[in-house]
Amino acid sequence: MEASAEKAPAKVSSRTRSERKLAWMLCAPAVIVMLLVTAYPIGYSIVLSLQKLDLRFPDQTEFVGVSNYGTVLSSELWWTDVFNTVFIVLISVAIELVLGMAIAMVMNRAIFGRGVVRTSVLIPYGIITVVAAFAWQFAFASESGFVNHLPFVSEEFNWFGGRFSSFAIIIAAEVWKTTPFMALLLLAGLVTIDNQLYEAAKVDGASAWQRFTKITLPLMKPAILVALLFRTLEGFRVFDSIFIMTRGALETESISILGFNQLISRLNLGLGSTVSVLLFVIVVIVSAIFIKGFGVKVEEGRPGG
Amino acid sequence: MKRDGKDITLWSIAITLVLIFALVPVLWLLSLSLKPPEQVADGRIIPETFSLDSYKSLFEGGFDESPFLHPLVNSIVIALITTVIAITLAAFTAYAIARLEFPGKRLILAGALAIAMFPPVSIVGPLFDMWRSFGIYDTYPGLIIPYLTFSLPLAIYVLTAFFREIPWDLEQAAQVDGATPYQAFTKVIMPLAAPGIFTAAILVFIFCWNDFVFAISLTSSNNSRTVPAALAFFTGESTFTEPTGSIAAAAILVTIPIIVLVLIFQRRIVSGLTAGAVKG
Repeated sequence: MEASAEKAPAKVSSRTRSERKLAWMLCAPAVIVMLLVTAYPIGYSIVLSLQKLDLRFPDQTEFVGVSNYGTVLSSELWWTDVFNTVFIVLISVAIELVLGMAIAMVMNRAIFGRGVVRTSVLIPYGIITVVAAFAWQFAFASESGFVNHLPFVSEEFNWFGGRFSSFAIIIAAEVWKTTPFMALLLLAGLVTIDNQLYEAAKVDGASAWQRFTKITLPLMKPAILVALLFRTLEGFRVFDSIFIMTRGALETESISILGFNQLISRLNLGLGSTVSVLLFVIVVIVSAIFIKGFGVKVEEGRPGG
Repeated sequence: MKRDGKDITLWSIAITLVLIFALVPVLWLLSLSLKPPEQVADGRIIPETFSLDSYKSLFEGGFDESPFLHPLVNSIVIALITTVIAITLAAFTAYAIARLEFPGKRLILAGALAIAMFPPVSIVGPLFDMWRSFGIYDTYPGLIIPYLTFSLPLAIYVLTAFFREIPWDLEQAAQVDGATPYQAFTKVIMPLAAPGIFTAAILVFIFCWNDFVFAISLTSSNNSRTVPAALAFFTGESTFTEPTGSIAAAAILVTIPIIVLVLIFQRRIVSGLTAGAVKG
């Protein structure tokens, strides 16, 4: 690995050695904090997931091996929640990509008003996810909302009365909140494309659509994949909007809501931790697919805000 | 590019669509918050009469009784403390990564990225259990510690990207003049790095301000509950009234400072958000 390549020169000068020592000392506090609060708890999660452990009945705690995994994986609720989470992720990330691309191109090609557009798309970014969820919920609420009073919308329609109409609002809130981040990531890739390429293609008679599919998309592939990776992984944690709008009622629960309900509401640390570990495994698998399968270079990316 | 009438029309339509998309939900909250309580459910886009009753209800009963004041203070203090600690630790790490050669550098970056992608629900159970036995459940440290962990990767990435742009010759010059590496760092580099540090600080603050999962899992009272969690537990004046008006008012109050921050520092935030997104 990296370390062995750098270890190659057998004799390390004292200056190099002191530089390394300084570097490790500088990194140590942050690394320790990050490890203590993630590596240790995830290990502890795995231990908890192998036990029958309900804080309401602590006397009945016992080691049960992988039977919690059997219970979770054979329950209909788990698979419903997996479907819900994947459904929300796929639809919202797809919409975000298209919208984010459109907004990035609007910002890139600004004739005027670039500042206004940038300012206004940054507003959703700065808003608390819970507040965004309330804003969308209140807009679609059947009596007090304004959407049902708009033309072409039935006044009686109860958006939160059905599973997929609830999903529509949840997805809208997610898309609204995170598209700005997507647009900015894509814009950063867009501005690096040399304008002469477009000019040359125009001279050769390429249509606007051809210029988009033959120049923009291929050159932006790395930026798009990084943005998709971050947003997909973030999407798998979807929690806030669902908690605020439906609390998981009407089969709108996500995996994170299921984990939270088991762990915090029911104090069932055994089953709850099993859900947590499975969610962690899903996130690892999705990252592996992106990194190995699509060749995403994560070093070029950055953690989401 | 030709700026003919058609271009300008299309462009104006595009801008208008983006503006509607971005602003309507916020304006709707503003409208709800300014309606008198009995008109909150009337569905009108613009309030018939304006009233500050929803705002007043947030502050009724003073610090201890108000549903909003204590969580607001909690949010501000927790976010500020986390930001200061996270930026300090991240600045050391980012300096080492940007400046020094050492084995394990890429491992730290990869690990930080992995943590940023980590689902919070995966560790909320163990933290709940651990915090209760350590006695920091429902306290400030109980929230600050997980916030630190999840904001450090963000801060490290943003700061590393900024630190790579700094003219480091100045540091060498200072060392030639007899400064120790530590002095070169604090006296020469820190002032140059200030804009990057400030950007990272804003992003970390927004991250802490926004968190909900930890806030509802690791707190049980307004002693340490932050605004997002408190909003989820708002109740109406009586069992029969929905707290819509007061939630909207509180939402507007916590949104305004962030919008002001975003508007003033938008260039910095954009550069921070996209730092390192593209190699170059």
